[in-house]
Formats: sequence, structure tokens, C-alpha cells
Amino acid sequence: MKILVCVSHVPDTTSKINFVDDDTAFDKNGVQFIINPNDEFGLTRAIWFQQKQGAEVTVITVGDPSCEPTLRKCLAIGADRAFRIDLSPTDGFQVAQQLSAHCKDENYDLIIAGRESIDYNGAMVPGMLSALLGYSFLTNCMALEIEGRSVKASREIDGGIESVSCDLPLVVGAQKGLVEEKDLIIPNMRGIMQARQKSLTVVPAVDSSIQSSISKFEKPAPKGAVKMVDANQIDQLIDLLHNEAKVI
Amino acid sequence: MSILIFTETENGKFKKSAFELASYGRAIADPLGVELMAVCFNIQDTSPLESYGVDRLIQISDPSLENFTAHQYAANMAEIAQTHDAKLVILSSSANAKYLAPLLAVSLSAGYASNVVGLPESIEPLRVKRSCFTNKAFNLSTLDNKVNIIGLSNNSYPVSENPKEMVVEQKKAILSETSFKVEKVEKASGQVSIADADIVVSGGRGLKGPENWHLIEDLASTLGAATACSKPVSDMGWRPHSEHVGQTGKPVASNLYIAIGVSGAIQHLAGINSSKVKVVINNDPEAPFFKAADYGVVGDAFEVVPELIKKLKAFKYNE
Ligand SMILES: Cc1cc2nc3c(=O)[nH]c(=O)nc-3n(C[C@H](O)[C@H](O)[C@H](O)COP(=O)(O)OP(=O)(O)OC[C@H]3O[C@@H](n4cnc5c(N)ncnc54)[C@H](O)[C@@H]3O)c2cc1C
Repeated sequence: MKILVCVSHVPDTTSKINFVDDDTAFDKNGVQFIINPNDEFGLTRAIWFQQKQGAEVTVITVGDPSCEPTLRKCLAIGADRAFRIDLSPTDGFQVAQQLSAHCKDENYDLIIAGRESIDYNGAMVPGMLSALLGYSFLTNCMALEIEGRSVKASREIDGGIESVSCDLPLVVGAQKGLVEEKDLIIPNMRGIMQARQKSLTVVPAVDSSIQSSISKFEKPAPKGAVKMVDANQIDQLIDLLHNEAKVI
Repeated sequence: MSILIFTETENGKFKKSAFELASYGRAIADPLGVELMAVCFNIQDTSPLESYGVDRLIQISDPSLENFTAHQYAANMAEIAQTHDAKLVILSSSANAKYLAPLLAVSLSAGYASNVVGLPESIEPLRVKRSCFTNKAFNLSTLDNKVNIIGLSNNSYPVSENPKEMVVEQKKAILSETSFKVEKVEKASGQVSIADADIVVSGGRGLKGPENWHLIEDLASTLGAATACSKPVSDMGWRPHSEHVGQTGKPVASNLYIAIGVSGAIQHLAGINSSKVKVVINNDPEAPFFKAADYGVVGDAFEVVPELIKKLKAFKYNE
């Protein structure tokens, strides 16, 4: 089984979100970048397929050279090889087109991407990629088992879980639950050393189109001060929620 | 030319988001003088939608579409959008809508803007405000395509009544060959889901252990609220993953969010801060959550929450 894991290089969850150039660009100054958490759950599941079912695991990102440490980390976690498509993408559709061009040559059986990234939260890439390739698609994936060409998987839905079956090839949008937090693989020294020997190939971008562009960022309006209510006067809280906030 | 909305249903009835989308679609259709159309799948009583300004409803009824399947629904939506020259397709931000939208976008060669808040600033080109960085910021996006899709954030546009003469049209489903099958859907019955809830009651590590969750559940049931939790609480298995909210869990955009024994870490706040009113109950006056709250109570959850439940019951009784 050939697996591709699409990873996104995103600001660490504790990052201060600020903008520069007249609020037209994200301020990367002092920001740590990490593997997008949803992608990391997917990568871990892929490594299990590698360890238990002999799958070959490739990781890919669409981004500039600053993304390479994230790819090296994926190799240290256990991926067999990495690709970077050399483009700073403008929107999710552009990323999906770039990935689809790569996949057409490679014929992956299974493609795993995070259900969404924590920077632009677009939730576009896995679905669009599946549609461009004509693969089946399952997002918010909580469980995934593959025997031969048949897939049994489950998806988190609003208020529950849905079980599905289908055949490969498949694109999956990964999230927590596919593996647990405690299952995430922390690269050890050996993995880090081996990662240096593994191939990380930079491929030029293909022609692609853009459907949306960002002209400006803004931060939420500052909040008013908190109103404190004495713990012995809970009636007052109910009164405020009913008469002032009008939410109960 | 027309505007098309995808209405979602639950147990054969329209969800609240259907009325939000209709109200939103109406507000866009009016100044343009175009028709507002809606698509619904497998619903008997379509009349509730009449109150929200839909001109034409396309009703698809087919037992094989009983369960939501993104690619089948997308194929039907795409055909309707093309037949009726829809320039704008509007969906909610539910799990199903976010599953369907990217498929629909590719088949219509449409641009797709997810997480849109508020009405567009312009329609041609489409300019919309979207939340990003898990609600820590917004961006203004421009989409200059023949067809565009808006994914409207939950609870971001008020429902407004605007009764119209609604034409209901039956349409035969198109069904494609596929290996993809929904085998089973398991839903907790009688519980409000976090995505659909007006009120969410959330518990953190301050509750000490799963055996104390009756406090959260009792408060939630008194308020008709959904229950949620912080990440460590679900990581330790005190509560199911489906309740984990925050940057790496579910987003919450409820009218009222009550956090009990939650410290208010940046990753937690990121996921819940588009909730309109936040109440924090914590025994540590220095807890960071108070800075992000609208109302705060410094106190021991084990004393404050039972008291709150008691007083709320009395309040409901007197209403
Ligand atoms: C990559 C990453 C992603 C993350 N994503 C998320 C996420 O999506 N969601 C999330 O929630 N967290 C997330 N976290 C974790 C986050 O940083 C915090 O660790 C977590 O939110 C803390 O949970 P908590 O508030 O329940 O626990 P704590 O921080 O331990 O807080 C417990 C609180 O309870 C209060 N308390 C104790 N006893 C009582 C009492 N008797 N009565 C009242 N109050 C009491 C304490 O004062 C304290 O404020 C993430 C972390 C990382 C690194």
C-alpha cells in the first residue's frame, strides 16, 4: 500500500497572532512552526500501516524552503520519503491542484491530510484533492482499517459517529481519535539521524489557478471588562444572563 | 441567475441552520433582485421554510439518500446549481456541510470561502469576512469566479422571518455508482450536539474526576445545553473525544458558554471565543479565563454549581 500524508506547516498553538505590512500578512516574527496537529494524527496512523502492514509512507507539503524542518520531523517520526512542492500557496484550491498533479504520477492508494489546518482553517484541501483525483473521500475520520482494497472507517458527525465502508483509493481528512494524543510519535535520536539520510525532493510547482485571495487581516474587537458576581449571590448571575445578556 | 442554499435536516425536520441560511440568502437576494432557491433531501413537511423568504424549494426524496453521503449530495446540488444558474451557493458550517462543500466546489469550478461571518461586502467580486487562526483573527477574502460557495459560520447570522410564496418542486435524485456506503449512524438520542447548541456547559480539570460530571450534566440539562470539556479531560478519558472543544477540538459558537474549572489556556480560548457570552466559574481569581469572560464567579465549583442549578430551576419555574 502506498500512502501519502499531506502536511501543513503552521504556527504553534500558543503563537501570538499578529499582522504586518498594513495588516496584509501574518507576522512570522518569533513564531514557532509545527506540524498541523490534525496532520500529525494522520501521519501517526500512516506509520502504523507501515509498521503493521508494510505500507510505504510519503509526506508532502506545498510551501517555501522554511517548511523543510517540518518535513524532516515527519521523516524522523518514520516517513520513508518527503516531497516539497516549491510554491507559497494563495488558497486551498491551489494546494489541492499542486498535490493532485503530484499524485497523478504516483498512484497512491491512500492519501491522508488533516481535516483542517489551524492557521486558515479552510477545510478544503482533502475534499478538493479527492474530487480532482476521483478518489473516495471521508473527513473527520476517527478510525480507519484497511484489508486488501477494502476500507472500514468512521467519521465524527455532529452529535455522533458514522461508520462507512468503501474501496481504495481514498482520501481521508484526519483528526484526533484516528490515533490518540498519547500515540503521537516523538522522534528519537535514531529517527533524527536516519531522517538526514532519507530523500527530501523539491519539485517545481505546476501551473495552477487561484480562486480566492486575502486582502486584509483583522483581530477581534477588544472585549469589555468581565463583570464579577459574588459566589454567594448567584441570583445576580441569573438576573444578568436573563436581563442584560438575554441568553437564558 | 439565482442564489442556492443547502438546507439540512435532523430527524426529518429542518435544522435551525436552514432558517439562518434562508434569512442570510434572502438578505443577499433582495438587493440583487434574484431568486432564492433551496435544496432539501428527504423531508416531508417543508412548510416551516416558507417563513424565511425562500422563493423556490427543490425537494429530493429518495430512500438511498436517507443517510447523508457527501459525494451523492454534492452531485445533486451541482446539477441543480447548474440548471438554475446559481451564482452563489450557501452552506452552513456543520460537519456535513464542510464535508460536502469542497466536492461541490470542484464539480462547479466554484470558489469556496469557508467560515464566513456576516453578509458579503460585495457580490461581484465576492468579498467576505472569514474567521481564521481558529477564531484568533479574521481575514477579508476576495473571490472572483463565475460561481462561488459560502460556508456560513454557525450562529453568525440571526434568523429573521420574511414569509414568501414558496414554490415546491420535486426532483428525481441522480445517483452515481460507488463503493462508498454508510453502514451505521450512531447518535446519542435526546442530547443537543455542541454544533447545534445555543448553550454549552463545559468542564475542565478543576472538576477533579469523571465521577463529578453529574454537576456539568445537571446544569446542562437544566439549561437545555450541550456538554463539552477541555482537552486534558478528554485525553484522560474522563469524557468522550466528541466533547473536546478548543483549537484542536470542536469549535464552539454558542450564544452562551459556561466554563467550569477550566483555566482558559490560549488553545482552549481559540476554539470557543466566537461564543457570544462567556461565563467562567473558577476558584482561582488569577485564572486567565476571567480576562476572556463576560461574567465571572470566583468560587469552588462544588459549591457554586449546585447552587446555580437550584436557583436556575427556581427561575425556570417562576418564568
Ligand atoms: C498543541 C496543543 C493543542 C491544544 N489544544 C487544546 C484544545 O483544543 N482545547 C483545550 O481545552 N486545550 C488544548 N490544549 C491544552 C491547553 O494548553 C491546556 O492545557 C488545557 O486547556 C487545560 O485544561 P483545563 O483548563 O481543564 O485544566 P487546567 O489548566 O489544569 O485548569 C483547571 C482549572 O480548574 C480550576 N479549579 C480547580 N479546582 C477547582 C474547583 N474546585 N472549582 C473551580 N475551579 C477549580 C483551576 O483554578 C484551574 O484554572 C492544547 C495544548 C497544546 C500544546
